[in-house]
Formats: sequence, structure tokens, C-alpha cells
Amino acid sequence: MEYILGIFELSAINLVAVLGLSILTGFTGLFSFGHAGFMAIGAYLSAILTKNFHLPFVVGILAAGLAAGLVSLLLGRLTLKLKGDYFCIATMGFGEAVRLVFSNWTYVNGARGMASIPKYDDLSLAIPFVTALVAVVVSWNLVNSRQGRNMVAVREEELAAQMAGIDVLRSKMTALVVSAILAGIAGALMANFIGFIAPKTFNMTKSTELTIIVIFGGLGSISGSVVGAFILTALPEVFRAFSDWRLVFYGLAVIVIMVGRPQGLLGGMELTPSGFRKSMAARRARAEFARLKAEGGGAA
Amino acid sequence: MSPENSQAGSGGAQPILELKGLTKRFGGLTAVNEVSFTVTEGGISGLIGPNGAGKTTVFNLITGVYRVSSGDILFRGRSIANQEPFRIADAGVTRTFQNIRLFKNLSVLDNVLTACHTSARYGLFEAFFRLPIFAREEKALREKAMELLGIMGLAERADIISNNLPYGLQRRLEITRALALDPKLLLLDEPAAGMNPDETIQLMNLIAEIRRKFKLSVLVIEHHMDLIMGICEHIHVLNFGCTLADGQPELVANDPKVVEAYLGAEETE
Repeated sequence: MEYILGIFELSAINLVAVLGLSILTGFTGLFSFGHAGFMAIGAYLSAILTKNFHLPFVVGILAAGLAAGLVSLLLGRLTLKLKGDYFCIATMGFGEAVRLVFSNWTYVNGARGMASIPKYDDLSLAIPFVTALVAVVVSWNLVNSRQGRNMVAVREEELAAQMAGIDVLRSKMTALVVSAILAGIAGALMANFIGFIAPKTFNMTKSTELTIIVIFGGLGSISGSVVGAFILTALPEVFRAFSDWRLVFYGLAVIVIMVGRPQGLLGGMELTPSGFRKSMAARRARAEFARLKAEGGGAA
Repeated sequence: MSPENSQAGSGGAQPILELKGLTKRFGGLTAVNEVSFTVTEGGISGLIGPNGAGKTTVFNLITGVYRVSSGDILFRGRSIANQEPFRIADAGVTRTFQNIRLFKNLSVLDNVLTACHTSARYGLFEAFFRLPIFAREEKALREKAMELLGIMGLAERADIISNNLPYGLQRRLEITRALALDPKLLLLDEPAAGMNPDETIQLMNLIAEIRRKFKLSVLVIEHHMDLIMGICEHIHVLNFGCTLADGQPELVANDPKVVEAYLGAEETE
């Protein structure tokens, strides 16, 4: 029972980071392979505050989000003018740089990592779930606001977005900072849930895992990210019976789904009654369009 | 002239847009060379010229996509040269593109709703937590977007993904999106491209109607001479980046230099 609960806890923690990345990648169209760096910042800060300064968990979480957000503001100023792939590479460099800083910082035990960080128990085990719930609501509200629509416009057609009076740089910055805050918070949750963190917890594999979940769940879909986070966090555990082969099966499962459904599980749609209606209407419109095209072709 | 012209004249014949010696160089190539002309408030002006004459470059300079090499652009008397594109759009200059640039995967309504954003007054914090002002403003935005779609005859198609619209309606949607920013000056880049004569006439009427309803000025790039001659009160002709002629349609159309640029010189025949 505790094992199952643990998987759900980890899923909820991953979900918080994934939601941020979903806003950045799925809605704004910016790929990042360095968000583990923001998680690391949040995790270490919360670990230091709760372990060395005996502050409550909540303080650690808030400080983690704030610190990651501030760092992302600096990173954004330096890198957001870069186009597409170059931004992606810059984030990759950022993630690795953060990891190396913690590897060489003796105050936090360098590469050996920090152990015996105060852990959630009993009631405080609810913290990751509550945080994830708040993160879902806030993300949902954001993407359905004018700021969220601006982000989507930037993703769809940057030039047209500018001509529609959208401050493209500002939209990208908002997305980056929100995603970094959520990643920082997820890092804090992780530190206090597991009780042990090391720099290698936040290597590029972790960043990639987050991005895979977003793409797997479907770009431009909050509900997709929720479903993706729970499935892909649980999947390695389901395959635990295959011991060493489990990550191979994990990889295969991801490939099979991406080949079968390139837009991801719920790409561009949401699991709500109105989202369902919309996707059915779109399907009808596509069919109608294809029919008209076929008829037009036949007549010509 | 027509009643529309006299109505436009009542706003005064002040210029809404003035280009002064506008020049754009790309390395050694001068794409636009010392171009000066004005668009009068409430008027419909045409920008014509053979392919590669620099018409779209002029649009890109006005809207801030390219930086100006020298010269100035005044909009309502204030310089907008080299400003950020979104600020120029905010100030009241919007455009459409030669090759349509819609937000393809969004619905017709969302395309327009996105462009309405400047009229909403709520910030990020209000959006995160859905404070009352958020709901109020969003409702107003939706009403505004639907009203615009209604005026432009796209209301029944509000939920269709814009990429699935027929070509002519995509052009119409792009104009609707531009109107959502409450522009004072609308730049249309070959709005009739790919349209048949019937659709072109419809478009002409639409442009005239928009100008009247939204009380704005229009600058249009077009190759369809029927459209240019039919609605423009003023025409500016470019050739190889330089001004070739400027004036009323009848005068420009009979200018020997313009005829030469379009059809070749008589002597060389």
C-alpha cells in the first residue's frame, strides 16, 4: 500500500514540473532540456532551509519557487532572443552548469549529495498532492487567459503574433518564469519526499524525462500532461518485474505510442466536456473538408 | 466623387501616415530608396509596382519587422520608425500578409480572440486565480470577437479550425484578426491574390465597407488593377525600390513611365 502511495506521490511531484514544461513547450513552443537545473535549485534550497535551518516545509517550497523563478529571469534575459534550437541548446548548458555547481559545492556535500533531509510524514504527505492540484488549476487558468492565448499565438506564428500587438519576448519570458517556478517547487517536494538528493538526480536524463512526458501527453494540453505524468512515472514500476530490462521496455512503450499517435495522447485537446465537443466538431469539419475536396477534384 | 469620399473628407485631409525619404539597404542592395508618400486620414491608398519593386519591404518597414536604414515614418505625426512591432500594432497600425499567416491550429474565434487581447485589463495574477475582473473582461472580449466575426460574416464558422477554412475565408479571417486591434490604419498585402474576378469585386466592397464602419484608413498592395483603380483614391508606384509615380489613379494609369514599367517601353518594341 505504501509502495503504491509512493508512486502516486512521485507522479504528483513530477506532474508539478511537467505542468511548467507543458506551458513552456506545449503552449509557447520553446523546448528546454535544462529544467532539471531549476528542480535542482529548488531541491537544494528547500533541503538547506528545512535541514540546516529547521524551517517548515512550506517555507522551503515557497523559497524554492522564488529562487528558481529569479534564476530563470536572468537566464531568459540572456537566452530568449535566441531562435528555436539555439534556445534549446542554451537550456541544456544551463542544466549541466547547475548540476556541476552543486557537484563542487562542499557546503552541500558535493557529488555525494545531501542525506537525512526532513521527510514528509503522516499529514504532510498530502503536501505534494495539494501542490499538484493547485498547480493544475493555476496552469489551466493561465492557458485559458489572454496571456495564455498570447503564448499559443507565439508558438503558432511568431510574426503574426507581433503584428497582433503581442510582446513576443514578454510572452516567452512569462512562460519560462512560470515553468521555472513550478520546476523549483517540484524540486523542493522531491527533496522532502525522498529525503536524499544528489547532483546526479538532476542530470540531463531528468530534463529529458520531463520533456518526454510533455510530448507523450500531447503538446498544448494540460490534461494530457496530467495523464502523461501519472502513466510515465508509474510505467517503470509496472515493468519492475523485468528488472534490468525495464527501462528498455519503458523506451519501447514510449516509441510505440509516439509512432501510433505523433501528436501525443491528448495533443491540442482537453479532457473536459467542452474540449470533447470541440474535438468532435473539428473531426466533423475535417471530414466535411475532405469530402468537399474530393468532390471538387472529381468535378475538375 | 462618391459619398464615401466626401465622408472621409470630413475628417480633414490630414495625413495619418507619412513616409519621408524612407530607405532600406540589405548589404549592398537598396531595396527601398528614398520613398516618400502620405496616406490621408480615412483614405484608401494603393501601393503598386512590378514584382520585386519593394512594396512588401515598405510594409515591413512601417510595421517594424525591418529596421529603417534612413528616413522616417510618421504615424499621426509621431515617428514610429524602428519601434518594436508590437508597439506599432498597439499604436494602431495592423496588417495582413501576402502569404496568409493565421494561427492555423486555432479556431476562427480563437484567432480573433487572441488579437483582442489589448482591450483586456486584467494581469497575470488575476488570470492565475480567476478573480472576478478576469471573468468580466473575458466575457467582454468574447462578445467583441463574436461581434467582429458577425460583421465579417464568419460567425457561423467560429468553431472551425482556421486551417480548414476555404482560402477566401482565410483571407477574410486575417483581416478580421487585424481589425480586432481597433486599428487606425490597415495595411493589406495583396488581399486579392489567388481570387477570381467575382471574389475580387466582393473584396473591394468589403474593404470599402470596413473603411466606413471602422473609420480607418487603408493602404493596399495589389496587382489586380481593377481593384486598385476601383477603390483607391491615391496611388503610389514603386519600381526597383524607387518612386515612379504618385497621384490620383487616372493620372498614374496614364503616366508613360508607369506604362513602361509594366508593359515595356514603346521604342524597344
